[in-house]
Amino acid sequence: MSSEPKVDRAVLVDIYRRMALIQRSDERFRAVIKAGKIVAPYYSPRGQECIPAAVSVSLGDEDYVCTIYRGIHDMLAKGVPSKLLWAEIAGKATGTCKGKGGPMHITHRESGVMVTTGIVGSSMPIANGLALAAQIRGEKRVAVAYFGDGASNIGAFHESLNMAAVWKLPVVFVCQNNGYGEHTRYDIATSAKRISDRAAGYQMPGVTVDGNDPLAVYKAARSAIIRARSGDGPTLIEAMTFRFQGHVFGDADAYMAPGEKQAAMARDPVPRFRSWLLEGGVAEAELATLEAAIDHQIDEAVAFALESPLPGVAELHRDVFAEEITA
Amino acid sequence: MSRGMNTIQAVNLALDEAMGLDENVILLGEDIADAQEGGIVGVTKGLSSKYGTARVRSTPISEQAIIGAAIGAAIVGMRPVAEIMLMNFTTVAMDMIVNHAAKLRFMSGGQTHVPITIRTMTGAGFGTGGQHADYLEAWFAHTAGLKVVAPSSPAEAYGLMLSCIFDDDPCLFIENMPSYWTPGEAPLLGQRIPLGKARVVSEGGDVTVIAYSRIVQDCAAVAGKLAKEGIGVELIDLRTIAPLDRATLIASVAKTRRAVVVHEAVRPFGVGAEIAALLNEHLFGQLRAPVQRVGAPHCPVPFSKPLETAFVPQQADIEAAVRKTLG
Ligand SMILES: Cc1ncc(C[n+]2csc(CCOP(=O)(O)OP(=O)(O)O)c2C)c(N)n1
Repeated sequence: MSSEPKVDRAVLVDIYRRMALIQRSDERFRAVIKAGKIVAPYYSPRGQECIPAAVSVSLGDEDYVCTIYRGIHDMLAKGVPSKLLWAEIAGKATGTCKGKGGPMHITHRESGVMVTTGIVGSSMPIANGLALAAQIRGEKRVAVAYFGDGASNIGAFHESLNMAAVWKLPVVFVCQNNGYGEHTRYDIATSAKRISDRAAGYQMPGVTVDGNDPLAVYKAARSAIIRARSGDGPTLIEAMTFRFQGHVFGDADAYMAPGEKQAAMARDPVPRFRSWLLEGGVAEAELATLEAAIDHQIDEAVAFALESPLPGVAELHRDVFAEEITA
Repeated sequence: MSRGMNTIQAVNLALDEAMGLDENVILLGEDIADAQEGGIVGVTKGLSSKYGTARVRSTPISEQAIIGAAIGAAIVGMRPVAEIMLMNFTTVAMDMIVNHAAKLRFMSGGQTHVPITIRTMTGAGFGTGGQHADYLEAWFAHTAGLKVVAPSSPAEAYGLMLSCIFDDDPCLFIENMPSYWTPGEAPLLGQRIPLGKARVVSEGGDVTVIAYSRIVQDCAAVAGKLAKEGIGVELIDLRTIAPLDRATLIASVAKTRRAVVVHEAVRPFGVGAEIAALLNEHLFGQLRAPVQRVGAPHCPVPFSKPLETAFVPQQADIEAAVRKTLG
């Protein structure tokens, strides 16, 4: 944890609240999927909670996010309502996308989550477009693109960074570097020592931060967001982290070095930040109350998702175009 | 005929055999080497250990660069087999496939040719939503210069894969994910199945059913059922979509005078439309009923289970289409 805790106490607790919401939602998702109550491919963000939690406290609902299949942490941190998110993952008509998108394709405009993509590298070009619209309209909105380390090897990453820098777009590129792309270790696939080194080639600031340190992420994100909002252009943030559950739920992790995951899990950012807050004078009761509220929120969401109706087959012909297809 | 095997094993066997026969055969793709577990479902398992990581290369997540490298190596005499993990990700490499692989022979006046095989997989059924399960073969068949192959069983996959690898043109080889683990008859070792030749799976005098890929199995089940009612279905497995075996199709339908085309891809503008037009051109006046097409509805692959199930053409749809031609 960074040493100078000059950040407002309320902000710190808010970051923790978002982290706890993500961690507890993730644990429940896995339990519910394991129990066979919901059938869905699931890309757990466990271990990466801190990044979107510490970014999102500096964003408003009007700010945009584009994220990826591994994105429930990004969505929850940005404020997608638990009930609607759960219902979507359960494929229900009451979900964020009427059950038609599923976990890899969440959109919830009200909270600013505009696109969730299953195509590696595709969050960045679209975030540029959101930022461009804000720039043209003179709005003070910022767009955040989340993506993994593997995605920085796709052409779209390089095209997007260049365009954003040339046009000074209000966009923040947040790479969640968890050390692996599916089964491939970072250094086998990526020529740059750090992803953030690539920023230099596009004349934009690039920083690598400890993605499990809420203060470090908060500070880096805050200055990038302020920079974007004031018209100075994009920033690339690389947040170093680790995924605790493998690539996709059920992944056996045989491609990892023995002990690597255990070592990362021993530094679990969520309990670590909790202890840090307690040491810093936050009352146990305050955190316990907040956690109980989260558990209640999740209980309600699970019940809502399981009880909600499935979409009718007529939905196949709706939302393809503006008009329903009748032929 | 030896022991039975599934499609994963059959493709693995073909790749193994080809690599053993010709040192110009190399494999490229995300996670395909053994350190990365031999591909997401293990199709390439064991091959990097046997032939080395110089010839069996795990790549970065860079589809455009993967196909580009395959093309470059191919025009100087290698026979690369490039894996694009899922068919939807071919979109990222479209320039390389459509503008380069397909056209270099023609544009160079025959000086160069591109003997690459692009292995890819697809098929709905895993609840992955809109970006992971499309059948896009019509796009590729529409592009002159590409061969498009879609095996219907493990034995077919083996024989067709060998032919693709040793073919002097670029071949797109489409594997069906949901049927990967279904065992079938084992292939005849060393026996290649010629490209551009359809297979008459079963003979019949009343109606010709034309299909390819996994759904051939469903068509066979329907044919078996109808046989009990005395309806003779002549089932044709295209094996190769491009080039299309026009002669076999025309000869069969000239005999039965009724035809149904079945594919999992969306119906509009699909392979079925091409075949229906072909049959019309050649057999107008002889047809006893309009050619029927069975395919998916014209919408993205939906996530929610009941929608996904309704999206994939079922045996009942095939049966209904056959009955429709019988009047
Ligand atoms: C264009 C494309 N290629 C391949 C895939 C298959 N795939 C899904 S996730 C993934 C790994 C991505 O790694 P990274 O960007 O580091 O993100 P992480 O999953 O580690 O969060 C791959 C190869 C894909 N979805 N899209």
